[in-house]
Amino acid sequence: MSTIDVELANVTKRFGDFVAVNQVSLEIKDGEFFSLLGPSGCGKTTCLRMIAGFELPSEGDVLIRGKPMGETPPYKRPVNTVFQNYALFPHMSVAENVSFGLEMQKVPRPEINSRVKEALEMVRLPQLAERKPRQLSGGQQQRIALARALVNRPQVLLLDEPLSALDLKLRKAMQLELKELQHQVGITFIFVTHDQEEAITMSDRIAVMNEGVVQQVGTPIEIYERPRNRFVADFIGETNFMEGRVLEVDPVKTTVALDAGVHVLARAAEGLSAGQTITVAVRPEKISLHETPSDQGISVPAIVEEAVYIGTDTRYRARIGGKQDVVARVQNVGGIMDGGAHPFQRGDHVYLSWPTDSAMVLTS
Amino acid sequence: MQASGRQSKGILPILLTPGVFWLTVFFVIPLLIVLVVSFSKRSLLGVVELEFNLNNYARLFNPDSPYLFIFLRSLGLAAVNTVLCLLLAYPFAFYIARQTPQRQKMLIFLVMVPFWTNFLIRTYALMFIIRDTGLINTWLVNLGIISEPIQILFTPTAIRLGMLYGYLPFAVLPLYASIEQLDFNYVQAAQDLGADGLRVFLRVILPLTMPGVVAASIITFIPALGDFITPDLMGGGNTFLIGNVLQQQFLTVRDWPFGSAMGIGLMTLVLGATMIYFRSGASRSA
Repeated sequence: MSTIDVELANVTKRFGDFVAVNQVSLEIKDGEFFSLLGPSGCGKTTCLRMIAGFELPSEGDVLIRGKPMGETPPYKRPVNTVFQNYALFPHMSVAENVSFGLEMQKVPRPEINSRVKEALEMVRLPQLAERKPRQLSGGQQQRIALARALVNRPQVLLLDEPLSALDLKLRKAMQLELKELQHQVGITFIFVTHDQEEAITMSDRIAVMNEGVVQQVGTPIEIYERPRNRFVADFIGETNFMEGRVLEVDPVKTTVALDAGVHVLARAAEGLSAGQTITVAVRPEKISLHETPSDQGISVPAIVEEAVYIGTDTRYRARIGGKQDVVARVQNVGGIMDGGAHPFQRGDHVYLSWPTDSAMVLTS
Repeated sequence: MQASGRQSKGILPILLTPGVFWLTVFFVIPLLIVLVVSFSKRSLLGVVELEFNLNNYARLFNPDSPYLFIFLRSLGLAAVNTVLCLLLAYPFAFYIARQTPQRQKMLIFLVMVPFWTNFLIRTYALMFIIRDTGLINTWLVNLGIISEPIQILFTPTAIRLGMLYGYLPFAVLPLYASIEQLDFNYVQAAQDLGADGLRVFLRVILPLTMPGVVAASIITFIPALGDFITPDLMGGGNTFLIGNVLQQQFLTVRDWPFGSAMGIGLMTLVLGATMIYFRSGASRSA
């Protein structure tokens, strides 16, 4: 039985005329790794700052463990933040940085020392205790910032794009470490990022935001496989969008007449009516290329415009009906150099097919 | 590559020459003259006789002489003034640093406007405000709060007020420069970790703006130490400070050797104090 750790209840935040966060309601469960994902300016950092208490909502309220925060200042909230630029105090040593929160809580000195030691061991940097922040690498600073926050045993840990300043390899390593740490410590993590791959890798659930509005909340699989609208489908991974009209609706599938001239099948959806203008969305990895039409489902004739070798896959761009471009990714299972995969070339006539359930119908 | 290196090396002495010349002729040489004169003697008619002796310094540091007391009094006045200036300037500089960049420029401009007015005129203006028939007393009497004017001018308070007024802008600017550079993320990080207003200030803001505090202290303290105009005007001429004594020795008594010794002694002490202060301030902010 999980409880709600953090709740944003119909929160709106305005800066003058600009609405940064527009009637956002979120429930984040105890022990979850929850990400706020979206492009720059979508309001995700503002939401995080409202949970921390650095901004106050213009309307609505933030609740932590059921308790409305109202105008409670940050130093009285049971949350801790890992800042994007770490904000380690430059005039204090690493150990002094990590013990700062405990000193504010007036924890007795012996306990401070042991907890600081524990925290540094948890991020595997006990030998850096006497160094100054400027003597540390980016990755080390990030881990110390984590230790400084976690040593206080907050109910919720807020992370504001903590990995964005790290190089790719280090970032990937830290993603796994953070996830591992969260399991170990067991507290709720609220993670802000603009990197959708990062969010999908690490999160239990994701809230996708755009222009101050929550577009969709779900598990990484839900967000990826069942995007609720065009923005989510486009922002997460790659998607092909094909405009068309609904021809026929039945309980297992939707038949769509594409503007490009062919008929395709898509997943069944609610609330559709014949003749309705919609968009069919299919992810590249769901599409397969064939030399002959398949006897199951629908095969869409197309001409290969481009075939690019990417190592793990081959990326094809094919044109349907002379108008609609579609991107397909086919895994290079066989040995290419032995004449295995990558059989199609530019100009080849192929048939595209995809599992009906992998094509989504989007109305917005 | 080498050609341009040689070129820039050749240009450097040429560029430095005017500055070095000026410093040598108008600073180093006069300083050396004062140093030499401080070890000289004064003849009966007030002429300098170059006969090496340490009498001047002996006289200066003689605990029975009034000069030590005057020096300590000057020191105390300058120190108190520095503390008062810092206490007032810090919140003010902090306030300015938190405004929008446009407002910051305007406020700093306002702080600097008094600099363009002659120091003497500014002091006179202050005198007009606080004297018995001045602005403050006239208002208080007219409002019926008091029946007779309060004596503000020509009291020790007036001296402190005059010095505070004169040196406050000097303190504001370096403090503002230091505070303005402060990354506000540190403040937020401290708040996030449970520090309320006062503790954020003492543990984070103050240590990180300490270079500004040190700079402001030095800029305020040193000129105040030698200031004799303000105490003269504000105090009615009955307070004797180092500046007054120096003026007296050189102009009235015409004991240049003794005056020189006093000047050198003062300079040495202030230099020493400054170096100590600098070291301690630098290590704190590291």
